Amino acid sequence: MGVMATAESYVLAIGTKKGLWIATSPDRKDWSVSGPHFLMSEIPSIGIDTRAGRTRILVGVRSEHWGPTVFHSDDLGASWNEPENGAITFPDGTDAALERIWQIHPDADSRPGVVWAGCEPISVWKSTDGGEHFELNRGLWDHPHRSEWGAGYGGAAAHSIVVDPTGDKVHVAMSTGGVYRSLDGGTSWEPRNKGISAYFMPDPNPEFGQCVHKIAADAAVGGRLYAQNHHGVYRSDDDAESWESIADGLPADFGFVMLTHPRRAGTAWVIPLKADGERIPPDGKLAVHRTDDAGASWKRLDDGLPDPEYNAVLRDAACVDEAEPAGVYFGTRGGSVYASADEGEHFSEVASHLPDVLCVRAAAVSAAQVPPLPRRHD
Amino acid sequence: MSADGMTGAKGEPADTAISVILPSVLQPLAGGQSILTAPAEAAVTVGSLLDAVTGDYPALSRRLRDETGAVRRYVNIYVNGNEIRRLQGLATTVAPGQELLIIQSVAGG
Repeated sequence: MGVMATAESYVLAIGTKKGLWIATSPDRKDWSVSGPHFLMSEIPSIGIDTRAGRTRILVGVRSEHWGPTVFHSDDLGASWNEPENGAITFPDGTDAALERIWQIHPDADSRPGVVWAGCEPISVWKSTDGGEHFELNRGLWDHPHRSEWGAGYGGAAAHSIVVDPTGDKVHVAMSTGGVYRSLDGGTSWEPRNKGISAYFMPDPNPEFGQCVHKIAADAAVGGRLYAQNHHGVYRSDDDAESWESIADGLPADFGFVMLTHPRRAGTAWVIPLKADGERIPPDGKLAVHRTDDAGASWKRLDDGLPDPEYNAVLRDAACVDEAEPAGVYFGTRGGSVYASADEGEHFSEVASHLPDVLCVRAAAVSAAQVPPLPRRHD
Repeated sequence: MSADGMTGAKGEPADTAISVILPSVLQPLAGGQSILTAPAEAAVTVGSLLDAVTGDYPALSRRLRDETGAVRRYVNIYVNGNEIRRLQGLATTVAPGQELLIIQSVAGG
């Protein structure tokens, strides 16, 4: 990813139930918003790839009428390209059809051109050409557990892909199968859910079947992962061999978001919701919670956020950028989007009254990558 | 039958051709054409007709049918005013001189 000390502009892509908006800012406080792109299509996934000397925005687009596809733009949304034969299509013999692209995840700097995707039906895909064409990961698709993976309320999705920047280790999380790990670059996969509760199943501690909502890796501590579960917030210090609760100190252990700092050990963010049956911010008071000690304690952050706010924040409707200090962004199902330029200490509103926000992704980019900024049309 | 000979001509199809009428939202994926015409000497199935007229337009093809070949749920295809789901689906036959009409469902919020 880009070096933030030289960044002169920030890009925030906002995927909603009815289209994509793109915001730009010189300082992460004042934003210009353009859009909608892909009006009336939902945008459940966005990847911003700042490798290879360009800023490529990849978006998963899904029309209720015309189905799912992937578009990409190398000019911040001024123009869009759709690979002629489709970037993600199930191969012959699978008897499957793509329903939705839940995740577009550029790999590490050390593997330019590699982009991962997580899709519904539950599947993982890998591109080596910058996201223009993806291959189905057969190891996970042919896994003997696949027929037993359930579908969460939102769909049967591989929604989290965490790739080790230096090796062949890949973690995937899915609803509702739990966490799976590959140590050979995705050739073979095994469930890694020990310690994560599946209270809604006859055996609350199964090998797999947990409803993990999101996982993220600690960028500075090898082998450390965090998970926001369907009730439960967890940390693993051994590459997901085992998990322990870090929910003490949070107002609720339910939620969808799990973010980690791009560089600093032990720093992660969650956005708690009251409960499974009451998916609202606790007491209608929206707040981000940050830990700086790997979950031993949590700090409530709500400066600049509305009170009350009864809308939930979905799993990919939150992100961090790589700047210093890191920016934190999230959007609600009520169509409000907030940005913090100081790791969550203070938030300001980027946009409001948009459709349900499904996905946000942000990046700092150098001035050379930024064409003339689109202006707010109000 | 092949996609060769697609004319894009508007109006009544000749009795040696079958026309597929596209909704405006899909026309950019067919080079701006509103009607795709395939030559046909005899009746063909809707499936083979779609294969023929979308052969040069894979992005258009994906909008109508998924990877398994199934017509997408909210895509409606009419032959002589009858929606093919009430006939024989993609196996419904369409004769030279007839038209295939594609309309998206009107639903949702």
